[in-house]
Amino acid sequence: MSDHPPERVRVTSPWTERPRLRPRTTAASEIDAQSEVGEIYVATLLRAQLRLALSTLATLGLTIGLLPLVFTLLPALTSHRVFGMPVSWGILAFGCYPVLVLLALRYLRRAERNERAFARVVERS
Amino acid sequence: MNAAFGLVAVLLVTIATLAIGTWGLKFSRTTSDFFVASRSVRPGLNASAISGEYLSAASFLGIAGLVLSFGAEMLWYPVGWTAGYLVLLVLVAAPLRRSGAYTLPDFAEARLDSRAVRTLASVMVVAIGWLYLMPQLQGAGVALRTATGLPDWAGGLVVAVVVLLNVLSGGMRSITFVQAFQYWLKLTALFVPLVFLVIVWLGDGGRSPADPSLFVGGESGRAWANPIHFLGDHPLYSTYSLMIATFLGTMGLPHVVVRFYTNPDGRAARQTTVAVLALLGLFYVLPPVYAGLGRLYAPDLVGSGRADSVVLELPARMVGNLGGELLTALLTAGAFAAFLATSSGLTIAIAGVITQDVMSKRVEGVTAFRLSAVVAVVVPFMFALVARDVAVATVVGLAFAMAAATFCPLLLLGIWWRGLTDAGAIAGLLVGGALTGWAVVDNLLTDRSGGWFAALVDQPAAWTVPLAFATMVVVSRLTRHRLPPHVSRFMVRLHTPETVQLDRG
Repeated sequence: MSDHPPERVRVTSPWTERPRLRPRTTAASEIDAQSEVGEIYVATLLRAQLRLALSTLATLGLTIGLLPLVFTLLPALTSHRVFGMPVSWGILAFGCYPVLVLLALRYLRRAERNERAFARVVERS
Repeated sequence: MNAAFGLVAVLLVTIATLAIGTWGLKFSRTTSDFFVASRSVRPGLNASAISGEYLSAASFLGIAGLVLSFGAEMLWYPVGWTAGYLVLLVLVAAPLRRSGAYTLPDFAEARLDSRAVRTLASVMVVAIGWLYLMPQLQGAGVALRTATGLPDWAGGLVVAVVVLLNVLSGGMRSITFVQAFQYWLKLTALFVPLVFLVIVWLGDGGRSPADPSLFVGGESGRAWANPIHFLGDHPLYSTYSLMIATFLGTMGLPHVVVRFYTNPDGRAARQTTVAVLALLGLFYVLPPVYAGLGRLYAPDLVGSGRADSVVLELPARMVGNLGGELLTALLTAGAFAAFLATSSGLTIAIAGVITQDVMSKRVEGVTAFRLSAVVAVVVPFMFALVARDVAVATVVGLAFAMAAATFCPLLLLGIWWRGLTDAGAIAGLLVGGALTGWAVVDNLLTDRSGGWFAALVDQPAAWTVPLAFATMVVVSRLTRHRLPPHVSRFMVRLHTPETVQLDRG
């Protein structure tokens, strides 16, 4: 018997090679296989986009959507003038369109960001 | 005015339209070119084309006339028609393009896996399309009569023939160039005369058309400028119902939807929609100014039934002489571009559906499309000849309310809710279509003065749209066993960006 402890022997099971042979699962393959994990990836994207859409529509409802109510409750907006034009007229004829374009641009930026995040997650794994 | 100028203007627009159409023909080779321009139209060009197609006679002539006659409450129409594109953008644009379908019936069939839904959707596309095409042809008759004194049917005939020549020769690809050109023509034709008119108005002292002491047709300036002043006892209800119809109806108009398939991918479809919003906003600030000037310089048009021609009449009254006549000719050209663009788009959309659902079983490819285009134009032209006295705005309003109560729930639930079944879709389409149809028929036949019932029938969208949605959801829940098996895969296709490699079924 020597003083040295016995050299370590690496013990492996003949089965450990098996998992390595199996193709690595990716997010894309999970989605394609419609597994539970894959469904979660898609559902997350869908929820993010729906939430964004609904928040944009809510903003639309709280700006232009409230105008009829505001005009009804505040008739002064029609009698009051700015640059000789009734305020309500100015808002309705000219003011709504910039708001709509800004809302659209904000939505576009965020929707594309959501899709890029999804693509990063799916392609990274 | 001098009829020669008007005729030359109409002739020039016609020639330019045909020339651009022929030039576009160089790029049109396959059936796919005819239907969807082989899906390769860039966002900038496509947005101009969509806007050119969307801005119909109702926008170019109608809004100014309505605002002149009825006042600021009519400004909700252009606001709603633009906001409709925002709703379309956030809920429909990209998924609709990614669905990979050519037409609305294609989408319905692909999503729900049902021939019955497809057939019903096809019938509705053709019905809404004809409903929208008929007033275009009638309006063309009125415009040509105002400008040149030709009989009513002549304008409709010119539009029908030019549209057919264009569609027959080039299909969607050449139409894309034509319509992009027509947007810019319409914007120029409305903007340039307005600069001169405003200068004249400022030179005259710049009196406000909303001056409370200014009475036109018995209405004071203050009442005219009041945006909540709908006829009937419930103006707030009427305003909100109109909002619902225009906000939600836009996505269901067949000629609007069919253009989305010409985008290369979902991302481009979104960018196109944003550009369309900006182009429409740019255009819609102009007609109200014409209405305001009309109140000062053409008050006799109110109540004479000729308010629609205010845009065409103002230059002669305010500028006069040769300058006035040239400006009128430019406006006539713009008005004709409006008829041609919208009619072309509708013809393509209707012909696409007729080709796929009727013709393609008997005739082949491009020939089938051409035959369908003839049917798509000739039928509403006949209607326009027979039904002379239907108000243009009423019919266009009906088309929006109908689209909001039928295709809007189908698209929204189909895109965002896995639970929609074919039975639910059919029930919802029938309920929404029948209720709106009934409300409008009642509206046209019976003259109801005041009361809740009149308000409800006059602007039906606020109750027909929720009922159609509810029907689709409830019937789908009851027929859960009919859920199409591929719905998950279809959701992947609708919502994932094309750049990610996935199995999309």
